[in-house]
Amino acid sequence: MLSSIKSRIALLGLAAAMAFNVHAQNVTGAGSSFVYPVMTKWSADFRNSTQVKVNYQSIGSGGGIAQIKAATVDFGASDAPLKPADLAKFGLGQFPTVIGGVVPVVNVPGIGAGKLRFTGPVLANIFLGKIKTWNDPAIAALNPGVTLPATKITVVHRSDGSGTTFNFVNYLSKVSPEWKSGVGEGTAVKWPVGIGGKGNEGVAAYVKQIKGGIGYVELSYALQNKMSYAGMQNAAGKWVLPNAESFAAAAASADWANAKDFYLVMTNAPGDASWPITASVFIIMYKQPKNAASSKSAKEFFRWVFKNGDAQARKLDYVPLPPALVAQIEAYWAAEFKF
Amino acid sequence: MSTDAALAVPVMRNDKHDTLIDLLFRSVVSSAGIFVLLALVGAAVSMLWGGRLAFETFGWQFLTTQEWDVPASKFGALVPIYGTLVTAGIAMLIAVPVSFGIAVFLTEVAPSWMRGPVSAAIELLAGIPSIIYGMWGLFVLAPYLSEHAYPWIDEHLGGLPFLGPLFTGPPLGIGMLAAGLVLAIMVIPFISSVMREVFLTVPNRLKESAYALGSTTWEVVWDIVLPYTRSAVIGGVFLGLGRALGETMAVTFVIGNAYNISASLLDPGTSIASTIANEFGEAVDPLHKSTLLALGFLLFVLTFIVLSIAKLMLIKLQRKEGR
Repeated sequence: MLSSIKSRIALLGLAAAMAFNVHAQNVTGAGSSFVYPVMTKWSADFRNSTQVKVNYQSIGSGGGIAQIKAATVDFGASDAPLKPADLAKFGLGQFPTVIGGVVPVVNVPGIGAGKLRFTGPVLANIFLGKIKTWNDPAIAALNPGVTLPATKITVVHRSDGSGTTFNFVNYLSKVSPEWKSGVGEGTAVKWPVGIGGKGNEGVAAYVKQIKGGIGYVELSYALQNKMSYAGMQNAAGKWVLPNAESFAAAAASADWANAKDFYLVMTNAPGDASWPITASVFIIMYKQPKNAASSKSAKEFFRWVFKNGDAQARKLDYVPLPPALVAQIEAYWAAEFKF
Repeated sequence: MSTDAALAVPVMRNDKHDTLIDLLFRSVVSSAGIFVLLALVGAAVSMLWGGRLAFETFGWQFLTTQEWDVPASKFGALVPIYGTLVTAGIAMLIAVPVSFGIAVFLTEVAPSWMRGPVSAAIELLAGIPSIIYGMWGLFVLAPYLSEHAYPWIDEHLGGLPFLGPLFTGPPLGIGMLAAGLVLAIMVIPFISSVMREVFLTVPNRLKESAYALGSTTWEVVWDIVLPYTRSAVIGGVFLGLGRALGETMAVTFVIGNAYNISASLLDPGTSIASTIANEFGEAVDPLHKSTLLALGFLLFVLTFIVLSIAKLMLIKLQRKEGR
């Protein structure tokens, strides 16, 4: 009896020791809430196949950057890339991980999804408060055959600082000199007009409730809430709708090869089929981390994601990185990450 | 004689024992009292310290400017302060009479079988998390206001002399008025349960004497119950006001989060607490973070001022009554 207990304890100890050897270090990450849904899917699948647990806290891009700088997590995730100079100052490296897009959503009675379309400057003028009603000639000229009501336009923006806002206003700055000089860009800006909703869900709720409302959300929120998103004219002058193909086209046409530390905001991407407000989530890690073992696990996690995570990403309306970009990231890891 | 001696010994022993127990008891309750003081001072000092960069940068202008520009790092606290006061004011205008009605109903009018369930319902309402009120405000109240209430208010009250500008605006369904309404519903349980408790402390013989003299229920409530419980009732009202001033999540959802001061209650605005909730997560710039902490300190000061005014009012009232 006693010996059987002893042997059991020994067995348990052995199992624990083996588990300890087999298990790589658990990984912690924090940041972008945009990437949170797919990140949790990936970490569940990764855990099933490798037993390594990835804890991801969805605290917002700014929080993610602050946490990785303080080295309290193994990786930070941000919707806006850090400048190479900032990265160098802290000894950090970064790479894109998945692609998504921001879409204008409207609530104009009688107009369904994809029926309305804007050019960048017209969208900027709406958000500047210069175009005030839906039947404004500037909107009517872009939408022949659509009956536009005289309803007042109510602009809805994010009230909290957000990577979604960063990408949206970055695009407006690229297409409208007046926006660039008057409002500028950032995760939060001084909005000339409109009301603020908290989170993608807050903006979606306001736009759905307010007749004549226009806002911007991630595509998945627009699809889940069955909202009327609008088409856009891209940098090549072509009309495009927001979907996986147009997001992928933007990612493929972006000039990643010449972007140092992948510092590239994909908005207003060239290419005939590119969606103009496409965005990527960036992962930020230390090049020489204090805890090399868990950083190595984190790197293995993203290697696994690039290999096996595409289906999950597509299911949740994200777009996986193009293969050429993944190869470039692998090369970057080999050259820069010393663990 | 012998009995005296027999008594004396245990009394002496008990005395010592009692002194020790008493000393222990005193030190436990005093440390609880000191703890709350320390927590208060600690919170105030740490917010002031965290906000020093903002106070140094903007000085007194921080209180009087409307600018709120995150990329340019220009911040003024006037809009959030205004929104906080206005929404809390609307909430109190609605919540105080309604709570008074609930408390009077429960203590004087309701049949006894109803008192238990309604009191329990009020206490349950007080336990609902504020984000639930926010969600309800956003998904239920706001669409209703925008469809029915706001257009009606705009049409019927917008033309009033003097008060008209308060009630003209687009039918968004969100804004200062919506935030005030949600806040009112949130603070009603607090105020009404305090009122009910203190109304119950009024001695029955006082009320019965008044009834015997032919008073109506209203006269009993106004002339007997209310004067008897005045200070506790005002205390309950200010407990509700304190909560309305500091409420965060529910207000964030329905106030519209726009940095502008508008005469109209139908227009969106922002409050101190909702500004902090919205921006703290992404406040990377030290000045921005410091500004949000400074706002927290201002909310603290604002609440302190409001509560001091309440205390002064109470003292004045008591003096007038010659008590």
